[in-house]
Amino acid sequence: MFSGFMVNAWEIGTIVAVVGGVVGFFVVLRGAAFPAHAIPNGAFAGAAGANLLGVNPLIGLGVFSLGAALGIGRLTRRGRADAVTALALVMMLALGAAFLSQSTEYEPEIFSLLFGEILGVSRGQIVPVAVLGAVCVLFVGVLYRRLLLTSLAPEIAAAQGLRPELVDTAFLVVIACATTMTVPVVGALLIFTLMIGPPAAARCFTDRAEIAFALSVAFALVTVWVALACSYVSDWPVGFYVSVFSAAWFAAGRGYLAWRRHTSAPSRPWGSSPDV
Amino acid sequence: MATFLFEPGFFSSGPVHVALVIGAVSAVVTGVVGVFTVLRGQSFAGHALTDVATTGGSASFFYGLTPLLGFLGAGVLGAGAMDLVGVQRLRGRDIATGVVLGVATGVAALYLYLDTTKSATTGAAQQVLFGSIFTLDSSTIPVVAVLSVVTLALIASIYRPLLLSSLSADLAAARGISVRAVGLLFMLALAISVGLSSIAIGSILSTALLIGPAATSLRLTRSLRRAFAFAAVIGVAATWLGVLFAYDSYYWFPSSQGLPVSFFIVLLVFLAYVASGLHPIPRALKRARLDGHAAAAQRVR
Repeated sequence: MFSGFMVNAWEIGTIVAVVGGVVGFFVVLRGAAFPAHAIPNGAFAGAAGANLLGVNPLIGLGVFSLGAALGIGRLTRRGRADAVTALALVMMLALGAAFLSQSTEYEPEIFSLLFGEILGVSRGQIVPVAVLGAVCVLFVGVLYRRLLLTSLAPEIAAAQGLRPELVDTAFLVVIACATTMTVPVVGALLIFTLMIGPPAAARCFTDRAEIAFALSVAFALVTVWVALACSYVSDWPVGFYVSVFSAAWFAAGRGYLAWRRHTSAPSRPWGSSPDV
Repeated sequence: MATFLFEPGFFSSGPVHVALVIGAVSAVVTGVVGVFTVLRGQSFAGHALTDVATTGGSASFFYGLTPLLGFLGAGVLGAGAMDLVGVQRLRGRDIATGVVLGVATGVAALYLYLDTTKSATTGAAQQVLFGSIFTLDSSTIPVVAVLSVVTLALIASIYRPLLLSSLSADLAAARGISVRAVGLLFMLALAISVGLSSIAIGSILSTALLIGPAATSLRLTRSLRRAFAFAAVIGVAATWLGVLFAYDSYYWFPSSQGLPVSFFIVLLVFLAYVASGLHPIPRALKRARLDGHAAAAQRVR
């Protein structure tokens, strides 16, 4: 389990978990689950297009996810955010369907783009993923205070001259960056579930932002590690285990919250409503 | 002119007839449900339910059941799960939807994997993920028609409380309406229409026809009744033009490798939405529109 191709899987899984936990913390805080689903899913069309043109899929993914992030950011200023996100997503998926219809690519490739092939990662893939992952985490580090302020205290953020729509778009670009690096190796599904379940659970366990942030990364790491082990033993897809364990974290978090409310005096977690 | 627009055999082709009928029915039903979906800010749930329905599709493929059962069953289950986890609360609703969606796609991954190991026939994933309107059987028409009527009847039966609780949940609660129950019934209608349209026209198109025409029409008019009509018209027009273009596109390329119908329909829907935002909306009109919604709420009272 700890030799050969599995070493690559452990390494890349760890990188992806850290990025998922870090970015996911803000995805949950900002209620940005839909863009977090739409950008990775739609970006898969970019990979299909790159395949058709014979260029590196990473370029196609990057172009499409960045285009989606900027497009959603731009269109949202004049329309309903969720409707715009839905339309951007279906437009990209439709382009993907058009690309696929023109290429001779066959099904396993589609499957692996959507659901990932973490067990088939080669040494050469680790370096670009690690670099993009570091860029992502760095980006979040730079934006950390602004992201927190605009999510938790919009009034203070406005008073300090922060422009929420710019922070929004910057955050979408972070998601796009995380998407570009992770989709080819772990698939659109896995990164999405990692960005939702563990961070949402983390918020239930503590009132403090820093601790929730750390918990979010820790939960994501445990999720990926256990999922890899289960997948190795059972041969079932990693994505299945990651999504189930992510949901289990969420259920545990909600259960803990309900139990706390039941036993002790009601206390409101920081930020928005705890009813995630 | 006519031969230039309509490539030979367009009007005599059986699959084209079926595609035109089912496409139009799906467009009308999802257009109407879509107006409420956009108004309630539940686009994510509407889209997530297509993926949940897809999971049902891949599961029924594995167990050898009829796909319709899988699509509808999973959709209704998913809607129930979202309601249970807390989609009815405005805040954190997206996260709850995301959790349900995550589990559903995870299970879909498992079943698609099992599908490929069970039988050597590939194509399960492609068929489930990007169903084509051209491969429909004409026997699907009655089922689609019946379920469409059921969905519309469900919406009609809760129309007023639904409208009021969509525009102002507080107001609705004050009027003694059970916002929760209305929300659950709406999710049920949403699940049926989405499951139906994702089996009829594929999951990509389902979301496109649910959100696109509705969002476009809500930018064009202040009146809700007109919004329903616009949404239905835009949806049907996009569907029919898309079917026509897709049919014609087989003759566009020397390889006679046409482009998928979903591509054209989504493109048209998307262009309609973008075009509807091109004309600048004066501030006064924007305010008037908000007042219009408030006035609509008043009327419902």
